[in-house]
Amino acid sequence: MAREIRHLRNVGIGLCALILTACSAPSDDGDGGDGASAAEEATSAEDFGGMDELVAAAQEEGELNVIALPPDWANYGEIIETFSEKYDIKVNSAQPDAASQDEINAANQLEGTDRAPDVFDLGQSVALANTDMFAPYQVETWDSIPDEFKDPDGTWVNDYGGYMSIGYDSNEVPEVSTLDDLLGSEFRGSVALNGDPTQAGAAFSGVVMAAIANGGSADDVAPGVEYFQKLNDAGNFLPVDPTPATVESGQTPVVIDWDYLNAALAEDVPGWTVVVPEEAVVGGYYFQAINADAPHPAAARLWQEFLYSDEGQNLWLKGGARPVRAEAMAEEGTIDQELYDALPPVEGEPVIPTNEQTEQAAQYLSENWAKVVG
Amino acid sequence: MTSTPTWRVTRALLLVLYGLFFIVPLYAMLDFSTRSTQGGRTGEAWADLVRDPTLSSAIITSLLLALFTVLGMLLLLLPTMIWVRMRVPGATRLIEFLCLLPLTIPALVIVVGMRNVYTWVNYLVSDSVYTLTFVYVVLVLPYAYRAIDAALGSLDVVTLAEAARSLGAGWLTVIARIIVPNVWSGVLAAAFISIALVMGEFTIASLTNYENLQVVINFLGKSAARTSVAASLAVLVFVFVLLMALSYVGRGRRGAERS
Amino acid sequence: MSRRTTLPPSLALLPFLGFLTIFLLIPTVTVVVGAFQEGGEFSTANIEALFSEAALRTLWNSVLLSASTAVIGAVFGSLLAYIVVMASPTSLFRRSVTSMASVLAQFGGVTLAFAFIATLGFSGVVTELLRDTVNLDIFGTGWLFGLPGLILVYTYFQIPLMVIVFLPALEGLRPQWREAAVNLGATGWQYWTQVAIPLLRPAFLGATLLLFANAFAAYATAAALVSQGNPIVPLLIRAALTSEILLGRQNLAFALAFQMIIVVAVVMTAYALLVRRTSRWLR
Repeated sequence: MAREIRHLRNVGIGLCALILTACSAPSDDGDGGDGASAAEEATSAEDFGGMDELVAAAQEEGELNVIALPPDWANYGEIIETFSEKYDIKVNSAQPDAASQDEINAANQLEGTDRAPDVFDLGQSVALANTDMFAPYQVETWDSIPDEFKDPDGTWVNDYGGYMSIGYDSNEVPEVSTLDDLLGSEFRGSVALNGDPTQAGAAFSGVVMAAIANGGSADDVAPGVEYFQKLNDAGNFLPVDPTPATVESGQTPVVIDWDYLNAALAEDVPGWTVVVPEEAVVGGYYFQAINADAPHPAAARLWQEFLYSDEGQNLWLKGGARPVRAEAMAEEGTIDQELYDALPPVEGEPVIPTNEQTEQAAQYLSENWAKVVG
Repeated sequence: MTSTPTWRVTRALLLVLYGLFFIVPLYAMLDFSTRSTQGGRTGEAWADLVRDPTLSSAIITSLLLALFTVLGMLLLLLPTMIWVRMRVPGATRLIEFLCLLPLTIPALVIVVGMRNVYTWVNYLVSDSVYTLTFVYVVLVLPYAYRAIDAALGSLDVVTLAEAARSLGAGWLTVIARIIVPNVWSGVLAAAFISIALVMGEFTIASLTNYENLQVVINFLGKSAARTSVAASLAVLVFVFVLLMALSYVGRGRRGAERS
Repeated sequence: MSRRTTLPPSLALLPFLGFLTIFLLIPTVTVVVGAFQEGGEFSTANIEALFSEAALRTLWNSVLLSASTAVIGAVFGSLLAYIVVMASPTSLFRRSVTSMASVLAQFGGVTLAFAFIATLGFSGVVTELLRDTVNLDIFGTGWLFGLPGLILVYTYFQIPLMVIVFLPALEGLRPQWREAAVNLGATGWQYWTQVAIPLLRPAFLGATLLLFANAFAAYATAAALVSQGNPIVPLLIRAALTSEILLGRQNLAFALAFQMIIVVAVVMTAYALLVRRTSRWLR
């Protein structure tokens, strides 16, 4: 008898709970007030009544939630600090390790709360797959951004880019100028790729680079997979994730990664050299977008304005990345010429895989990469 | 067997081997965190720890979370387990399975599943980081259950309870003054591992964009690798000292129990 | 007397069960429901994907890893727990070992992975020591970054966990029982095989089960150590949830999580049967 009652009560609780889950969670957008909804709709600074009003609206919100921006990634640390001090807005930087998909997951997860991300910095595939989550916005410097780097409505804009490179500790391993050098015996247990190519954009581009260097192309990545197979067979390939800690402690003396990420390592490791192989120049740009459900919409838009201003673009340049307005700024003379000249020289025609090429290659990799790492 | 020379030598040898296995990786961390780029030794990474203000506030946050979690766990789990042993033994397997379930689902997936529940929690209770307590109590259940169960198993709870009741004690007295002191070692073990778990928890706090100690340490690691390794080692030492101090809390009771 | 028996005793379990329903069962149900969906509709596509060759191999690796570290952790952990329990309850040695064990049992993630890389990696402390002194190369082909490496690193927190969870059981062995056995003419060996071990067996098996489940779902350490490929199930889940190259596999992640729950339920059933058979005389 007692057991039956217990069962009944459990069922009762269960039903109540399931009913609760069936109802959608209570939304929080009553809290913002009228000002907030106006900010959510704004598609340019004019909608606020000018830059000063935008700054005022943002300062009233007082906070900005960013996600997946490690401090040493394209100099984001300084960008965040400068923005925060300039406009007196507190920047909450969450999940620096997050990948692009994590950013979207977090936005879905935290929808309606104050901790949801306001802005995104995404890789190509994830950005183009989630455009319905973005709010269109055109920054003041919109016209100086080349057309191929922006969505006509302003739903997304490319922010910075770089080329795939090989970074190595010249004090530990011999000089590297091409990918084939890495197959030598001096590189035993030394070469690390930044992530798994079926998961991370940087690693994927690394495989594309290897493919192009070995006679393939963005449409045919099989030679790239074969290259890594050779690297693994030679005992040179390290399946570990390279971090500043592993590089500094000498555990991963060679890293294949974006050139701006490799450039950041040069600060802590004397003798760290970055080279973009001549025979395979693979480029990639990241995508900047505003969360349509941003808890701080005005601050999000101000952040966008800051990033595309000369100051913001030069800060990215300082991190070794190529800002999207680089050419326009070079013409106007507003670019930091010293930093621009200090970027690793790039010879040859750069290849930027399109979304279709990426999908096709991803399919191939999902079937064949596992065999490489055994 | 306990004090023969062979046993003492074996014991010493075993302890040395265990010690090496556990200390060497920690030494490697210390080694890295005190390395300087010029090739010598430096304490700079450790000095940076003290200077960082976000770290100290994160320590307090995590400590409070640990405290709330332990209290929540004890309040919820201990009476339930004792009650099940005493009066509802048929529910043992159910409780055991429920207490093992949190362990089977990776934190990554719990976060996604938690979404609706936490939206309600944030709406009804608060948006603060301390709401993580609810999830943490669920996370520590498997370990706490095992520890308390191991202690309860060595006790004949039913007989003790009946004896006490026949002498006129109420249920509360039976639980609080008869059973609990006898399972104190299990309770303490459960509390210890709960504290260690909360202080070391990273995934859920990070994915819900809350800032606890491990999240801050990880963030530090992005800009300063050596400092973050130093921070991790420091937290290990800190929790170790904390638990040592706590172990003296139970001393009076344990002394009485052993006779 | 009669007033007390009108309320069923199981009512007292309500707070516990209620709390669990909200914070455990609902998330679990959400996950299980998600396993049977694809693109918002009911579909068994993801469940079928669980039986693909790659998925089965991953499951096998996970089970192998968890079972081996559970057994290794249980054996070495109970040995260490025995050494600890032999010391006086208030001694510094015992306190420090139990505190240390609690701390290390939860030590994991990026930091633990790094600690082992810094020890046994290509330029690790021990690797270099062995290379310089006895000319022995233990790095080999990088076993540290595969399943054998994971087994070693997992053992690092499995052993302390065993100590923590099993110690209360060892402490429950009253010295009076041993004295009584000796009085009845038992040798040390007989005491152990016929009194102590049967008494300890349920707790030992339960602790081993815990170690298995702990290793089975552990993710952060493996993620930091094994960046290429997805040899174990939690890493496959991570790939499905966060890959920025192969998109839209969230429901596959739920299906994999559902699979994990089933596996642990199966292991738990086996454990329950085993315990019931071996401790029949205790009840």
